[in-house]
Amino acid sequence: MASTVAVELPHGGFSFDNCKRNALLEDKGFKAPKAYKTGTTIAGIIFKDGVVLGADTRATEDTVVADKNCEKIHYISSNIYCCGAGTAADTEMTTQMIASKLELHRLETSRKPRVCTANRLLKQMLYRYHGYISAALVLGGVDSTGPHLYSVWPHGSTDKLPYVTMGSGSLAAMAVFEDRFKPEMEREEAMKLVQDAIRAGIFNDLGSGSNVDLCIITKDKTDYLRTYQEANLKGVRQGTYRYKRGTSAVLKTEVKKIVLEVIDTQVKPQAMDTD
Amino acid sequence: MEAGMSCLTNPPPFWKNGPQPGGIYNFPNSSATHSNTSESQRSAYPIVTGTSVLGLKFNGGVVIAADMLGSYGSLARFRNISRLSKINDSTVIGCGGDYADFQFLSSVIEQRVIDEECLNDGFGFTPKSMFSWLTRVLYNRRSKFNPLWNVYVVAGYQDEQPFLGYVDKIGVAYEAPAISSGFGSHIALPILREEMEKNTNMNENEAIALVQRCMKLLYYRDARSLNKYQYAVITKTGAAIHGPVVPETNWEIAHLIQGYE
Amino acid sequence: MDSQMNELYGNNGPKQVHFSPYAFNGGTVLAVAGEDFAVVASDTRLSEGFSIHSRDTPKTYKLSDKTVLGSCGFHGDVLTLTKVIGARLKMFEHSHNKKMSTSSIAAMLSTMLYYKRFFPYYVYNIIGGIDDEGKGCVYSFDPVGSYEREAYRAGGSASSMLQPLLDNQIGFKNQEGATVVPLSKEKAVALVKDVFISAAERDIYTGDAIIVQVVTKDGVKTEQFPLRKD
Repeated sequence: MASTVAVELPHGGFSFDNCKRNALLEDKGFKAPKAYKTGTTIAGIIFKDGVVLGADTRATEDTVVADKNCEKIHYISSNIYCCGAGTAADTEMTTQMIASKLELHRLETSRKPRVCTANRLLKQMLYRYHGYISAALVLGGVDSTGPHLYSVWPHGSTDKLPYVTMGSGSLAAMAVFEDRFKPEMEREEAMKLVQDAIRAGIFNDLGSGSNVDLCIITKDKTDYLRTYQEANLKGVRQGTYRYKRGTSAVLKTEVKKIVLEVIDTQVKPQAMDTD
Repeated sequence: MEAGMSCLTNPPPFWKNGPQPGGIYNFPNSSATHSNTSESQRSAYPIVTGTSVLGLKFNGGVVIAADMLGSYGSLARFRNISRLSKINDSTVIGCGGDYADFQFLSSVIEQRVIDEECLNDGFGFTPKSMFSWLTRVLYNRRSKFNPLWNVYVVAGYQDEQPFLGYVDKIGVAYEAPAISSGFGSHIALPILREEMEKNTNMNENEAIALVQRCMKLLYYRDARSLNKYQYAVITKTGAAIHGPVVPETNWEIAHLIQGYE
Repeated sequence: MDSQMNELYGNNGPKQVHFSPYAFNGGTVLAVAGEDFAVVASDTRLSEGFSIHSRDTPKTYKLSDKTVLGSCGFHGDVLTLTKVIGARLKMFEHSHNKKMSTSSIAAMLSTMLYYKRFFPYYVYNIIGGIDDEGKGCVYSFDPVGSYEREAYRAGGSASSMLQPLLDNQIGFKNQEGATVVPLSKEKAVALVKDVFISAAERDIYTGDAIIVQVVTKDGVKTEQFPLRKD
């Protein structure tokens, strides 16, 4: 209706405009572009005073490492964080969306958000899309009812457990937990356990690699320890590979004069309207 | 072939309602074993299967372990079968995958061991020769599109050195200080490698304890496993299969889990 | 609708486990020829899918004092092929009372690969060695036996990362006014290590360690060098 006059803003939600066209193209042999998959090791445990979350930092695109140091522990609220495995864009957007919903909920209720709320929002959203949003999550946090830890699957099912792992390295990490987990651990001990679980994934699963990130959430403090451990040091190269100036060939040179009209403008600082 | 067979393919009535000659029985001197099944019907998938086999070298020997379950799909069909086989005093093999193929190959190996013994020349299978032979057998079967659907872990002691090797159904083979097949390569191998890195000079008891720890882990997390296993230790002094062992498990944290939300 | 329900509940009729006679076990091989030497290198990781089978399985095979073969792809075929080559070399030696030359080994390997044209060895081969004139040489092959003599070549899982780098650093491609200097043995070995360090950064099938074999008229010298293990 209004589109003849002005461009209409999308209403929100996904656009399915090109689905039919794309299906047709795929039928004719066109290959759709591939998304980054974070073949991942993510894990979390509950300890005496809270929750420890951990993640590796490798993002892959097929057999190539796309990002050597990506962040997989996502912010949900100050007392809740969420590790993501699966398609990088899906985990990123899903957690952002739930973070924003939860923030609005917090403003509405004037209460610290609860982990079970985040869990419900996530599973309801993921269930709606029948697994097409490939986000496998480890959700952890501390709220008024204590520490909570969930694993959330792409199809929308959830588990509430004292220790969980997800991603392609989940079995390696789970082996470490099954071997050494015990309830009511001290903070240091819990951090060491999660670190070793992530390391098991980094060294034994080709989809996981690089460094260990940790996030420790307790009743009154959250410590996001980015690059808690550099599990793999980059090899030191012996040669130098700097090029002399002029190594790039100049094929053609042309100098053109640009005619400019110089207009002088000034931007004055203004106070933001905070009423 | 054609001329010789023509009388067999369309024989005159032999007796009424009886089997065709060569149909069930093999008559002497008749090349009537022309069942075309041997050329087209292959074991394209496993039936009764065993899960992981673990193996670990230590200072002065090797230990390998396998549980005693024979799965029939998702049915725990046979709960007391041995997947470890002692070849001689210096060699033990462990098998995962199709159990019928394992029994077939075991009988072939047994006959070969007897034949070698009959020569009485002091020679026999060594771990390395067993490993090499298995690799060739499995590779040649895969090349005929008629695989033996197995993974073999060969453990032994030869030339004052422990030996540990892996071969699978398509002939991928390697030696390594810690080996695990199937599901164990995801669950047990990370633990084995981590502990080996911490303790590079493991003794026999430490190695056995570690393998037992891993067998328990596999029982916790492998849906096709059993809490009953055998393990074999091969050292300079000989090879012995121990067990069945039933690991002690701990389900104390179960009460911590309530619901899913 | 039916197909949707089937997809949802996984009822797509009986399923047969498919048998594939091949696997990809990763790994990268590399060979560089100099004036009177050749360098053949490989990583030592053996993997399948997302798992590491072994961290110490070199993919270089010493065929004689003058020839080294780098071979990777499907490890079952690699083992078979190298075994058959070994047997053929022994047979040659016994019937001719001399070692087979590098160029002859290359020609033989080509026919061995083409012999399996319709059930190929899924293997990437690169031979490095000293030729009949005492010069360094490299022969590279595709899995079905096409081969050519080159100055340098990378093969296997990270080959598409290494080859352009070698083109630039050894072939001086895409460099304006670069002084072309003959490659020294030390420079070649250092370069080989460096490119493997880079490959291990970005290729998940390359890592753990590299084996560098330097072939000269005096024989083959082997060096091992650690890489990242993740």
